Amino acid sequence: MSAVGAPLLDVDDLVVRYPVPRGLIGLLRRRPQLAVHAVEGVTLVVEAGELVALVGESGCGKTTTAQAVLRLVDPLSGSIRFQGDDITQLGMRALRPLRRRMQIVYQDPYESLDPRLRVQATVEEPLLIHRMGGSKGERASLVSDALARAGLSPPELFLDRFPHQLSGGQRQRVAIAAALVLDPQLLVADEPVSMLDVSVRAGVLRLLEELKASGLGILMITHDLSTAARFADRIAVMYLGRIVEEGPAGEVVRNPQHPYTKALLSVVPRRDPRMRRRPQILRGETPDAVRIPSGCRFHPRCPIAIDVCTTEDPSLRRTDSTQSPHHRAACLLA
Amino acid sequence: MTALLQVEDLHVWFDLQDGGELHAVQGVSVGVERGERLGLVGESGCGKTTTVLALMGLLPPSASASGRVLLEGTDVLAGGEASMRPHRWSDVAIVFQGAMNALNPVRTIGSQIVEAIELHGEAGGKAARAQTGELLESVGIPAARASRFPHELSGGMRQRAAIAMALSCHPKVLIADEPTTALDVMVQAQILELLDSLCRDFGLALILVTHDLPVVAQLCDHGAVMYAGEIVERGLVDTLYHAPRHPYTRLLFAATPDLGHETEEIVSIPGAPPRLDQPLVGCPFRPRCDSAFEPCATSRPLLRRVADRHAAACHLNDRPSQAPG
Repeated sequence: MSAVGAPLLDVDDLVVRYPVPRGLIGLLRRRPQLAVHAVEGVTLVVEAGELVALVGESGCGKTTTAQAVLRLVDPLSGSIRFQGDDITQLGMRALRPLRRRMQIVYQDPYESLDPRLRVQATVEEPLLIHRMGGSKGERASLVSDALARAGLSPPELFLDRFPHQLSGGQRQRVAIAAALVLDPQLLVADEPVSMLDVSVRAGVLRLLEELKASGLGILMITHDLSTAARFADRIAVMYLGRIVEEGPAGEVVRNPQHPYTKALLSVVPRRDPRMRRRPQILRGETPDAVRIPSGCRFHPRCPIAIDVCTTEDPSLRRTDSTQSPHHRAACLLA
Repeated sequence: MTALLQVEDLHVWFDLQDGGELHAVQGVSVGVERGERLGLVGESGCGKTTTVLALMGLLPPSASASGRVLLEGTDVLAGGEASMRPHRWSDVAIVFQGAMNALNPVRTIGSQIVEAIELHGEAGGKAARAQTGELLESVGIPAARASRFPHELSGGMRQRAAIAMALSCHPKVLIADEPTTALDVMVQAQILELLDSLCRDFGLALILVTHDLPVVAQLCDHGAVMYAGEIVERGLVDTLYHAPRHPYTRLLFAATPDLGHETEEIVSIPGAPPRLDQPLVGCPFRPRCDSAFEPCATSRPLLRRVADRHAAACHLNDRPSQAPG
């Protein structure tokens, strides 16, 4: 039974590591087993009716975090609670009924949809897998409802189409409909609009906004801060497996505390040519997640790092200059 | 004075398997001067990449082109491959989106650049290797990394290597087709900064092909917005943002989320672009336009001058009281 008042999704100190293959020679020479530290202590909450954006560059661990939340990869430590229930250690069989309550929409609707299946079959498939929806007629009406909810109306117009007969925006709506047909409580959206043309992105994002308003909790993974700022309630910025800043979207964007967030925001191109600013470009690239720097993991690229940053690993905490009690940053100098 | 690069009334058709034709580029005229940066913007299928492939003479055999591509006054399109060949790479060079595809995976980046330099007779042997080192340094890659293979470099470094290779014959015009699309924001900023400094330091003219309006707003002086195979508006980027004269330009900006405008409504543009394998009647944007009126259904608006250095293809501009934007 779910605990009353528990958050929809409550991730605590999550750690996910992928072993690096040593090869036979490495094994014989007893080289130490290395691991990619994909997620290193992520704590995150998503409430029902809330859209949380997980923002960061490739390799920062945002997608691994989402996969662990859905139990598609196994965490090394930490806990994942869904509606109050600890699902961190659940086996395959016990996970099954949960899967329908947490669904994912992938980035590329050109790849995530089976090209040989008509829209009707694509959206019906999850019902068949979960043995839901009752009779054929009942399933058909659930499929139509899901399509309508995803903004494909009238549904009859789309049921018999193949993916290649749909535009990119319509394909992504079909993928969303296939997630909605199971009536989930949590939707993970992994870069849901980055493959779409600008003119249709807003439509898909507004759809997520409507779903949120109807009570769905949404974890959106994105590299696009402008989109996160406009559509998310809260933003969590990840760097090398850690959340380095988290807070209400407007707060994070207008009053960033962590030097990484500040740098990221400064390089986001603006629509208005008069807003050309001097971007604060970080040199080099994100270090390899196999060898995490000592102390603050951002210190080798940080423009304001001091000696203590090389030894002390800052935790996520409130800072003096934040307005919201929920705005936190992991920086010794913030 | 003759323009550095001037494209006049360019048309491109693709032969379709069913015997039909797709009119991908429908009368594009555009140009750049030395040191100028032009952003060619539009959504997928609008003809922006086909336009630049045509002006590089790199269209596939199934395509045919008409119009003029004038390089310092000389038409390089008319004589086919023979007239284009001496200018490709040495006057106009191109960098593509996926740098991995532009580079040979089984050869070091250095040897590929040396080969480009030698093939075009720029230099040979030791001199070519020295030039390669300088080129790599100029795009921010330490010369010692010339011996690396493409897969040993990050996405950003590969894109830099592809830019170095494009610059190997000292072109006057660099075309960059979605050069930062697959890259992270911080790496994108690094590449945009590099393109900016190349234009500044070497007087290179840049044609940036992208779907990303903010990137154009940040890097380019001029912008040309394409829709359904034609340029629907052209002007200074400042004018395009602050005083657009085509509804598509205005709506594209309004569809782009922007930092600092978090509470603003983001519009979506209903419908989809028209098919280009059928003749277009009236304004191609009319079915999606929020301000269409009678003439839009029947007569196709031409790209006309609406102000100094500003042109748009919209009937609303014929009614001064209703100028769009």
